[in-house]
Amino acid sequence: MKQSGSGKWNKYFVAGLFMTGLAVLLGIVGFFWTPYSTTEMSAAEKFAAPSMQHLFGTDNFGRDIFSRVMQGLGTTISISSLVVLCSGSVGILLGAVTGYFGGLLDEVVMRITDALNGFPSILLTLVIISVLGSGRQNVIISLGLVFVPSFVRIVRSEFIRLRDMDYIKRARLMGVGKLRILFVHILPNIFSVFWVSVMIGFNNAILAESGMSYLGIGVQPPDASLGKMLSDAQGYLQSAPWYALAPGLTIVWVVLGFSLFSEGIRRNQ
Amino acid sequence: MKYFGKKLITLIMTLFLVSVAAFLAFQVIPGDVVTSILGTEATPEREEQLREELGLNDPPAVRYFHWITGVLQGDLGVSYRYSKNMNEMMPVAELIGDKLPVTLWLAAVSLVFIVAVSIPLGVLWAGLSDAAHGRRGGMLARVGHILDAALGVVTQATMAVPSFFLGILVTYLLGIVLGLFAPGGYVSYQENFAGFLVYLIFPALSIAIPKIAMTSRFLRNSMLTELSADYVRTAYSKGTSKRRVMYGHVLRNAMMPVVTFLGMIVAEIVAGSIVVEQVFGLPGIGRLLISSISTRDFPVVEILILYITFVVIFVYFLVDILYRVIDPRISGT
Repeated sequence: MKQSGSGKWNKYFVAGLFMTGLAVLLGIVGFFWTPYSTTEMSAAEKFAAPSMQHLFGTDNFGRDIFSRVMQGLGTTISISSLVVLCSGSVGILLGAVTGYFGGLLDEVVMRITDALNGFPSILLTLVIISVLGSGRQNVIISLGLVFVPSFVRIVRSEFIRLRDMDYIKRARLMGVGKLRILFVHILPNIFSVFWVSVMIGFNNAILAESGMSYLGIGVQPPDASLGKMLSDAQGYLQSAPWYALAPGLTIVWVVLGFSLFSEGIRRNQ
Repeated sequence: MKYFGKKLITLIMTLFLVSVAAFLAFQVIPGDVVTSILGTEATPEREEQLREELGLNDPPAVRYFHWITGVLQGDLGVSYRYSKNMNEMMPVAELIGDKLPVTLWLAAVSLVFIVAVSIPLGVLWAGLSDAAHGRRGGMLARVGHILDAALGVVTQATMAVPSFFLGILVTYLLGIVLGLFAPGGYVSYQENFAGFLVYLIFPALSIAIPKIAMTSRFLRNSMLTELSADYVRTAYSKGTSKRRVMYGHVLRNAMMPVVTFLGMIVAEIVAGSIVVEQVFGLPGIGRLLISSISTRDFPVVEILILYITFVVIFVYFLVDILYRVIDPRISGT
C-alpha cells in the first residue's frame, strides 16, 4: 500500500498549491484591478455586513473590504518576495564562500550569525526601523537584513556537506575554477534543501511585515496593508467583526498555504 | 566549572557588543535632539546649555563610556520626550520601573500556560500516535489515528495565526461574544493585583496558544523517537507497565530537547509580548518600546533594547546550564 501523504501530488502539496495560488493570484490582480475603488468612501454603505455585493462587507468609511484585502495581499506578498529574494541571495553568497573556504571569514560570519540568531528578530527589526524610519523600502531593508543569518546557516551547512564529495574533488583535480565549482557544481545540488528554507522565510516575512504594519511602523498609507487594516478594525470589533476577521483570516490563509506547500515539497523528496 | 566560566565570559562579551551596537546605532541618525526637545524657537544659549547638560558635545567614545558606566550604576539617563515637570527631565529608570512588572507578569503567566498545557498534551498525543501506529490495531488504534491527524491539523493551523490576530480573536470571542472580560479594561496591578492577573489571562493566552502548538508537536515527535529506542522494548519485556514506561522512561529522555526548545520559547514570549501588549492595551515595556520608536525617544529605546537582550541571553545561558545539569553526559567543551 502506498503511504498516504507522500508522492508528487500529495495532499499537503495540493492543498498548499491551491491556497497559495489563490492568494498570489488575488494579490497580483489587486495591483491592476479591484471590484470596487479602495479609496472611494460611501456613507450609505458604512459597515455593510458581508453579502454578494461586498464579499467581506464594508468598513467604517463604506469601502469594500474585499478590494482592500486584495491590495493588501499584493503589498504583503510583493514585500515578502523581495525580502526573501534579497536575503536569500546574500545568504547564498555568504554561505557558499564561508562553507566552501572556511577559515577566518567563516569564523567571523558564524559568530555574527550565531549572535543574531539568539536575538528575537522583532527586536532587531525594531532597531533598524527606528534608525531608518518606517515605510515600504525600509521594511524591506530591515527584514532583508534580519533574515540573512538563517539563509547563511542553511547554505553554509550544505556547502560543507558537499565540498568533500567525490565529484567535487574530481572537478578540483580537473582544474575547474573555484567560482565554477561553487555555483555550477555545488549550488544546484542544494536547492532541494534551500527551497524549504525559502518557504519558511517567506512565511516569516509575511508575519513580520503584517506585524510591523499592525504596530504602525511598517508600510505607511496610501500603501494598503493587511496589518494596518487589522489595527484600524480593532476599534469596531463589536459592531463590525468582519472588518477584523477578513484581513486576519487572509494572513492565516496565506501562511497556512505556504507551510502546507513547503511540507508537501519536503515530502516529495 | 571551566565551562560555566567560559559561557559567562561569552555572555558578558555579547552584552558588551550589543550595548555598543545599540548605542552607536542611534548616533548616526540625522536630526538634532536639542531642537526636538526645545523646539525651533529656543535661544542659541539655551540650546548650548542643554547640549552641554546632555553631554552631546563629547566624542562618541566618551559618551558611550558615560552612558554605560551610568547604566551599570543604575543611572539609565533621561527621556527626550517625557518630562516630570517644567524643569525636570524624566529619568528612564522611573519611566520603565512601573511598566516592567506588567511585562514580566505577562511573560510568567504565558510560560505557565505553555508548560502546563503543552507537556500533558504532548505526552497524550504521543500516546495516541503510538497506539495508532502500533501493531495491536482495533478500536483504540482507529480512534488514535483520527485524533492524531486532528491534532496535527489543529496545531498546524494554530501556528499560522499571527499573535496580533490571535489577540484580536481572543478579544472578540472571549471578550465580546462570551463576555468573559472587558476588552480594554486593563486593571492596574498597583490597585488590584487579583484583577490584574485575571485580565492578564487573555493576553497570555494569545501568546501561549501558538507556542503550545509548537511545544506539544515538538514533545510528541521527541517522544515518538524515544519510543522506538531499544530500552523501551526492554522495559516492556521486563513487564513494566505502559504508564511507567511512558512517564518514567520515555518522558524523561524526551524532555531533554524540549528544555532547549522552551528556552527559545522564552525568547519568543518576550518578543511576542511587544505585539500583544499593543493589542490588549497593556502598559508594559513592549508598548513603551513601540511608542518610543515612533517618537524617536532614543535613550529609552537604547535601554529597553539592552534590557530585553539581557533577559534573552540570560535565559539561553540558564538553559545551557540546566541542560548540562539534567544530562551529565554532555560535558563541557
